[in-house]
Amino acid sequence: MAKKNKKSRWIDRMNGWLSDEEGALEREMEAAQEQAAAPDIEKLSPAEIRWAKEEQEEEARIEAAMHDWTEKKALPFARAMYNLLCVGICVTMIALLLYTVTVLPAFGDPSHPINNEVSARYIENGLQETGAVNIVTGMILDYRAFDTLGESSVLFTAAMVVLFLLRKDKDSARYSQLAQTMDQNPHSDTYYEPKNDIILQKTATILVPIVLLLGVYVVLNGHLSPGGGFSGGAIMGAGLILYVTAFGFAKMRRFFTYKTYQRVVLVALLTYALSKCYSFYTGANHIESVIPLGTPGAILSSGLILVLNICVGFIVACTMYCFYAVFRKGEL
Amino acid sequence: MSIIVQLMLLFLIVCAIAVCVTKDLLTSVVIYMAYSMIMSIVWITMQSPDLAITEAAVGAGITSLLLFLALKKIHAIDARNEVRRKHAEKQRGGEHHGEEE
Repeated sequence: MAKKNKKSRWIDRMNGWLSDEEGALEREMEAAQEQAAAPDIEKLSPAEIRWAKEEQEEEARIEAAMHDWTEKKALPFARAMYNLLCVGICVTMIALLLYTVTVLPAFGDPSHPINNEVSARYIENGLQETGAVNIVTGMILDYRAFDTLGESSVLFTAAMVVLFLLRKDKDSARYSQLAQTMDQNPHSDTYYEPKNDIILQKTATILVPIVLLLGVYVVLNGHLSPGGGFSGGAIMGAGLILYVTAFGFAKMRRFFTYKTYQRVVLVALLTYALSKCYSFYTGANHIESVIPLGTPGAILSSGLILVLNICVGFIVACTMYCFYAVFRKGEL
Repeated sequence: MSIIVQLMLLFLIVCAIAVCVTKDLLTSVVIYMAYSMIMSIVWITMQSPDLAITEAAVGAGITSLLLFLALKKIHAIDARNEVRRKHAEKQRGGEHHGEEE
């Protein structure tokens, strides 16, 4: 009977541990202490009790000495070492960085490669090799297109993080409650949404088409005139933001939802990566690219740059609007 | 370098100092917007129009908008009105108190 009892308790304990029951370990330890303490007083002889007392005193003395040592010696020593190490590491890093600066070539040194070979090569062969009249775009989206892919991905990642942090989660009941109270609270910034300001709406009616058209123009003419994907995308994003400020999120959602954002950005990033993969592959294997460069100055020229510009423009415009919407309302 | 460009550069320096010195966050964002507008004109005079476009769209437009929204989120704009109201009340209360004495 007793054996069975013990066994069932053991199983209970196992279950408690496995299911991560609260306080299982503490109960265990208490039980063990009781078991250890219980038989002492009745069965022990006076001599044994005295020994036990002496042992306890000895332990207390040692503990006190240890405590003294930590308080008076070890902690001050650790603090001093901490300060010393802080200063030491800082000074070492500063010295290292300053030393590196002294090794750099002098500013404006004419013999430095930046000042002769690279820029001269880009200026001489840029138009021939990239087909872009705007040499800056040729540089950004052809010679250094890998950097621009990284930039687009950084922007995308930033938008994802903002969405993680600020987006309202509809599945969570607690959050929807909080959102409701926020919408009903006159001090909340979503209470007066949409504002229906007549001046803003009339201005937006005139301005939004012009702003969006200018953005599209800047993106499409990125390889011919100043601007390009990023600037044009930012202009388009500003136009979208103006529209949503004037007319509210309900009207915006008729053509731009979270799903649209996801799809547009995904397709644009993938197109960018794939077309760049193609040109890296052909370039690395010395294969002639089948995409014609066209006549410089025409809209359909300079190979892949036009496609890349459109991709970057879409990503930037959608991300700018996404930032605004998530900051403003917590959803797209 | 013409006098206008020099004036604009001077304006930039004044703006940059004013942004740091201003206590009110909303005012400093507005000053930052002015800084970006003038900076985009300076970019054009330095013959880099693409930078000017980007500066006008991102610096004066979107960054300032996001900063405004952030201020709204942390209730810095409401708090500003609140502080002014309390200050006015305090002044009125103080005058009242003085009359009593």
